Amino acid sequence: MKTKKGTWVQIRAVVLMPDERAPQVPLDTKQTPLTMWVKGHLCHDAKIGEECKITTVTGRIVSGILEEVEPYYTHNFGGYVPELDAIRKQVREF
Amino acid sequence: MGRKNEIMKKSVGIDYGSFESGGIVFDYEKMMAEAGYSLDEIIAIQNEVTVGSTPLIELKNITNLARQVSSTGQAARIFVKDEACNPSGSFKARRAATAVYHAKKLGYKGVIAATSGNYGAAVASQAAKHGLKCIVVQECYDSNKIGQPEILEKQRACEAMGAEVIQLSVGPELFYLFLKLLEETGYFNASLYTPFGIAGVETLGMEIATQFKEKFNRLPDVVLSTHAGGGNITGTARGLIKAGAKDVKVYGASVDLSGLHMASDTAFNKKSFTTGHTGFGIPFASFPDRSDVPRNAARPLRYMDRYLLVKQGEVFYITEALAVLEGLERGPAGNTSITAAFALAQTMKNDETIIVQETEYTGAGKHQMAQLSFAKANGIKVEFGNPEEEIAGKNIILPKDPSMIKLRDFDLNKIRKSYIKNCLNNYGIKGSDLTNEDIKFLAEETKTDEGLVREAINSL
Repeated sequence: MKTKKGTWVQIRAVVLMPDERAPQVPLDTKQTPLTMWVKGHLCHDAKIGEECKITTVTGRIVSGILEEVEPYYTHNFGGYVPELDAIRKQVREF
Repeated sequence: MGRKNEIMKKSVGIDYGSFESGGIVFDYEKMMAEAGYSLDEIIAIQNEVTVGSTPLIELKNITNLARQVSSTGQAARIFVKDEACNPSGSFKARRAATAVYHAKKLGYKGVIAATSGNYGAAVASQAAKHGLKCIVVQECYDSNKIGQPEILEKQRACEAMGAEVIQLSVGPELFYLFLKLLEETGYFNASLYTPFGIAGVETLGMEIATQFKEKFNRLPDVVLSTHAGGGNITGTARGLIKAGAKDVKVYGASVDLSGLHMASDTAFNKKSFTTGHTGFGIPFASFPDRSDVPRNAARPLRYMDRYLLVKQGEVFYITEALAVLEGLERGPAGNTSITAAFALAQTMKNDETIIVQETEYTGAGKHQMAQLSFAKANGIKVEFGNPEEEIAGKNIILPKDPSMIKLRDFDLNKIRKSYIKNCLNNYGIKGSDLTNEDIKFLAEETKTDEGLVREAINSL
């Protein structure tokens, strides 16, 4: 299914291929491309995984692979951490 | 990259060459005076955008806890400057306020900052206020697109205030993309390390001296600053000096992340602190000019009297204690120096005082619960024990009880020596060829005397 022009999306693009990476970069990092993710509005209809162009909030046109449609924030407060309960109890008892 | 200097000059509007001597020596004070702003100008700039004038809070219950576990029964009074009250939730608003004001004054259409830290939100916030466009470049994900929760939250904050955020996988080549963006957009380089950025922090030091004096009719004994890139400590110390508090001791504190390579894709998500740690603190102190401007205005060795290290588990413990004992829920990274203060206070007397000069906002991702959950998910063992046994990237050891939060001095002479060595290497000069002027400069740069510099050179 094509995502419509004008939709808020996130794209991915490779900035440097592994063989273009800086000499001082450690080996594990060197095996991976330097990758960039940017968000913006689609300039034309496109499918996930297709090359596309977006207009970012500053008005720049950036090309890349369409990765997410209407991306949203999923970071959170994490799960229950029993150790923090123990600290809370301990400092109050002092 | 060959056009680096040309792009830089255009994007910060400073001719750094006019402060250079052609060798090791450059005129730091001239650079700060000519390219920066006076303290009065900065106060006016920051007042206009309601940055600064944050409350100074006494942490009576944390001080009490320190006295209860102290081997002498004594501990200095601990105060904190609640910088989380700034518009973007951290002291970085002070740096951004002057940088963005300057960009607007010079007629730039937008600003760019390369930062994964609180500075991004600070620049976004100030750019929004001044109607400028804003791009923030972050190192955010590992190669599997797993983001450090703290950085993901900062991305959200930047976007919430209208900035474009460019997120990158791990690697120092971020700087290459940053330069390309400066060239493409013609925006202002809102670097953390320009004279106006650093001068923006001077008001923090000045406020500490003024507020404390108003309340107690004297100056504090120690000001403790979380140390990463060096701007926090530099600006604060300069502000203290300008406020006449030149005898107040200025200490830096960082989270000990030794052993973790900062540019490693696999180590990236094994750390629970993305700033305020030794991975920035030591390299930036021993070679400040590694930054994104030709001459870094943040020169921590000029001001630091002592450098203290704390462990990740200790900071999480104190962050939790701060919330339940003082009713202050603040971000863990900003509590690095409160943790150091807790241990340091126990080596001081009841009538002595320590000011911790910052806090930062907390929220999803930027929270001890989020970070400890993330650490566990990344195979880091979280347990109670002796923090001394903590190995960054392997475990997080929460102190079994608060008496186990200890003072660790990092030998400043080691960093000073490595700074001198870096200077010689970078300028291709042999120690024996240094002029008296060079030696004098190196002594100023390292807050030592010429004898010590000569001794250091001989031992290299």
